[in-house]
Amino acid sequence: MSVRVRVPTPLRKFTNGADEVAAQGQNVRALVDDLEKSYPGIKERICDETGKIRRFVNVYVNGDDIRFLQNLETSLKEGDNISIVPAIAGG
Amino acid sequence: MANPTAARWIASERFREPKKVESVLDLVGETPLLEIRKTPEGISPGVRIFAKLEGMNPGGSVKDRPALKMIQEGIKSGKLAAGKTIIDSTSGNTGIALAMIGRVLDYPVELVMPSNVSAERKRIISAYGAKVTYSDQLEGSDGAILLCREILEKNPDKYFKPDQYCNPMNSQAHYETTGPEVYRQTDGRITHFIAGIGTSGTIMGAGRYLKEKNSKIRVIAVEPDDALHGLEGLKHMATSIVPGIYHEEALDEKIPASTEDAYAMVYRLAQEEGILVGQSSGAAMHATLQIARKLRSGVLVTVFPDFGDKYLTTNLWVGWRDRMSVGNLKFSI
Repeated sequence: MSVRVRVPTPLRKFTNGADEVAAQGQNVRALVDDLEKSYPGIKERICDETGKIRRFVNVYVNGDDIRFLQNLETSLKEGDNISIVPAIAGG
Repeated sequence: MANPTAARWIASERFREPKKVESVLDLVGETPLLEIRKTPEGISPGVRIFAKLEGMNPGGSVKDRPALKMIQEGIKSGKLAAGKTIIDSTSGNTGIALAMIGRVLDYPVELVMPSNVSAERKRIISAYGAKVTYSDQLEGSDGAILLCREILEKNPDKYFKPDQYCNPMNSQAHYETTGPEVYRQTDGRITHFIAGIGTSGTIMGAGRYLKEKNSKIRVIAVEPDDALHGLEGLKHMATSIVPGIYHEEALDEKIPASTEDAYAMVYRLAQEEGILVGQSSGAAMHATLQIARKLRSGVLVTVFPDFGDKYLTTNLWVGWRDRMSVGNLKFSI
């Protein structure tokens, strides 16, 4: 089972510049672990030391914020579109 | 009376004649300087900390200053002729300022912003009647910069682009107003000037003025500690399109601020000082306290770019009560 993950610019240094990658996982938690396997260092940017999604990072599954779904336990299915969206930088 | 601030406030006659002006643009600048008295607990009694309240500008942020200066200069130089449309890319506050100024001076305004700017900003800008084009939220403010360039290239004669990242009038506005105001408001006793960097206009312009007045004044920038951050309005220079007006060599020091520390400081300022600000102000205050703790004496001035009402729907306030216990914060609720 594979889902598509859209990667924001600040995290592309982990994905060799790719703005979209394929990854695996039954839920968001497993997906983040799978991303970490392929792109070491990325998990620490998305999650805090307790493993929760950092509060200023928004993760969307097919356009819905996982905070309003089941957070890290939000289940995923083949072909889902996931976006990782940070806050906005200056000017 | 236990609380000295209360005693002072009750004892003084606080009547001041309010300003009477012809245009909302006459209200830009001359913002108050607030002494921060409770939050700096534990610092040397010889250190005083002040914050410039840029939220008091009519558009609600520090961006009124550069926006007005860039538009004035555009009109003066003839580049912003009648019938032209003002366009720029922005993370929000510059957009609000341009939308307001365009309305007053009768220029249409088009803005390019990442689609995830706060709902409040979107509504404020639409209330002023400006047109907004949204860029991909995954590309951040650099995506807005690039999309704005594309729109401009297709129709170069239609637009006037202030270009806040590269226009020297951005920092010039702060050289002419913010810097002198701060110097005057501290009777020339300022020793440290601390400000966050977005376009870097504030620190470049006000910093240059202050250095000219007294080369010993330390000019210190605050930036997000990582490329991925939640400090709306601030830029992590190493991973961003570097603004043309930014000259790192003009800084004495750069202090990184984590999003978590900045957010915690926003909660503290609301509960301890009674002032609700945005996250970039939290970052500025956090860095200012770090400097203050190392000093025996000094007059530190930082800039609070805006108030907090534009961020109430953002992640800053998502689950904030759960996070108040982080660190050594003492809260009563």
